[in-house]
Amino acid sequence: MNHEDIKSQGTKVYSRPRLLDDRTMHYCPGCSHGVVHKLVCEVLDEMGLENSAIGVAPVGCAVFAYNYIDIDWIEAAHGRAPAVATAAKRLNPECAVFTYQGDGDLAAIGTAETIHAANRGDNIVIIFINNGIYGMTGGQMAPTTLEGMKTATTPYGRRADLNGYPLNITPLLAQLPGTCYVTRQSVHTAAAARKCKAAIRKAFEGTLAAKGTAVVEVVGTCSSGWKMSPAKANDWMAEHMFAAYAPGDLKDNL
Amino acid sequence: MNEEVRLMKGNEAIAHAAIRYGADGYFGYPITPQTEILETLEDLMPWETTGMVVLQAESEVASINMVYGGASTGKAVMTSSSSPGVSLMQEGISYIAAAELPALIVNVMRGGPGLGTIHPSQSDYFQATKGGGHGDYHLIVLAPSTVQEMADFVALGFDLAFKYRTPSMILADGVVGQMMEKVVLPPQRPRRTPEQIAEQCPWAATGKGGRGHRNVVTSLELDSALMEKNNERFQRTYAEIERNEVRYETYFTEDADYLMIAFGSVARICLKSIEMARAEGLRIGLLRPITLWPFPYEAIAELGTKVKGIQVVELNAGQMIEDVRLAVGSDMSVRHFGRMGGIVPNPGEILEAFKRDFINK
Amino acid sequence: MAKVIGTVEIEAERCKGCDLCVIACPVDVLTLAEKEVNDRGYHFALIKNADACIGCAACATVCPDGCIEVYRFVEK
Repeated sequence: MNHEDIKSQGTKVYSRPRLLDDRTMHYCPGCSHGVVHKLVCEVLDEMGLENSAIGVAPVGCAVFAYNYIDIDWIEAAHGRAPAVATAAKRLNPECAVFTYQGDGDLAAIGTAETIHAANRGDNIVIIFINNGIYGMTGGQMAPTTLEGMKTATTPYGRRADLNGYPLNITPLLAQLPGTCYVTRQSVHTAAAARKCKAAIRKAFEGTLAAKGTAVVEVVGTCSSGWKMSPAKANDWMAEHMFAAYAPGDLKDNL
Repeated sequence: MNEEVRLMKGNEAIAHAAIRYGADGYFGYPITPQTEILETLEDLMPWETTGMVVLQAESEVASINMVYGGASTGKAVMTSSSSPGVSLMQEGISYIAAAELPALIVNVMRGGPGLGTIHPSQSDYFQATKGGGHGDYHLIVLAPSTVQEMADFVALGFDLAFKYRTPSMILADGVVGQMMEKVVLPPQRPRRTPEQIAEQCPWAATGKGGRGHRNVVTSLELDSALMEKNNERFQRTYAEIERNEVRYETYFTEDADYLMIAFGSVARICLKSIEMARAEGLRIGLLRPITLWPFPYEAIAELGTKVKGIQVVELNAGQMIEDVRLAVGSDMSVRHFGRMGGIVPNPGEILEAFKRDFINK
Repeated sequence: MAKVIGTVEIEAERCKGCDLCVIACPVDVLTLAEKEVNDRGYHFALIKNADACIGCAACATVCPDGCIEVYRFVEK
């Protein structure tokens, strides 16, 4: 059988998610954001949440998430997404409210909003992309930048005595009684992406059942900021980022 | 709840009025001298009656962003704070203005700068009327001088905010917030239904529902040509507000040789000064701006043609006086009398300053 | 025994040539165009070894830009 025969007589087993807009995303080649966007689209679609979802976009590379995922969106100020989502959810309890934030947004400028939303147990999903660098502004140090990692603002590598330590925030969130599910995932292989999708789905299920805040950290790459090919960035991530930010569930009350 | 006559603080009146207006949410953080607003709301537990959400946030930064989030979904939401807290809110207020969201912000001013004092002040006039945060925007600024106005301006502030899709601010001072007076509270209005919100706020991010297209609330537009268009739209709205919504009151201006201009609690003290002055044969009138933005430039310009001098009295070093000077031009003698740091002047010292500047000069 | 055969449809114009699909494929079906580029200047992904495809969708799953559709046919 040739290509056309398989297409016409077989079944389509994978296609572009229905809720992902037709426009080409602005992300760099190989960027993890694209994969996570697809997973969010698939989960919202499969759970029937297209019409009740409200996404809260961050400041950072994912600031334009609202251009790609076909649901209602609120674009928040830098770091404030959990506060924005708190009010959106409390005032619209029937909606599926989630934030989509990077490491600078969530773990530097927005640390207070993140911790307090999670500590209140507001019924929101927090999707947290941790690639250890500021992508949008051109590769500066993030709170999660590893020691020794070179960035535009740590050109000789991050030094704990000068720049402080990498902030491993997700375990802190797992300690709070307000969180119902805290997990760390990745999307660098097909198997990892499928696991990540299941985690995102579980997070939405938990918040819709009003069990508290659900946090899905996705350790991702920034090949432009890391100055590596996407393939090399995946390898580097598995070797170095996972050593500091090991994938797996940190808390599961569901 | 029916209409009700009560004796209460200005801050408490705001809380009662918010519930009775049918507000959907309040998000705030304690700071003197306005904390009774949050305390009263928590005490009244409106979530059990009207369904209004009340939340003590972790900071003023979070409070204003909760307001941003709630307003983005078309709900009638508000916050309150006092000067240092309102400084923290400026980023969020700029975003609310830029995203064209209706919201109500209450500032019960205390003396600054810095941590300053907990006592009354009007030194946030510039911040409130000239923008405050970054970018070209305005707030509709209402200045209550009575506890009754504290209550009434909640409804007025929300109505104007929704009419023009722009945030309103009640700019009160610590005197009006803390003093007790008789107030007529309005009857309870029902909160708007989701259908009413969808009709009034077709732009709101409430989930796509049956709408068929997505709504995005954002203040971001990287295309400068489009961002300029956005700014032009904001400015058209502000021009319309300036045409339609100027509010002020005048007292004893028909025969006045001189004019005092003051807002908030100070206007009431000035009225007493004027009473004393008239007993001595000095014919002074008073203009009290109710909207500080839009400012009553025309009314002041017109009165300016009939008087010999204008005294501006404020609890600051001279802020509103700049707008008064803009209104009357440089030929008119405009003098300022102000107390700072939380000191409230008595009627005698205002009159004394007036005589020094205009009579015994 | 049933044999699964697959194929993929790649939207070359959307592809950014990141190579992740090529690496994800367990049976070495894909490659990046060596000389040819799309309108945006990327060496897009294409099929080099069609017969090997098992329709597992690993390539499409890791594709950040949603360029790949996957079809599967079960031969009885």
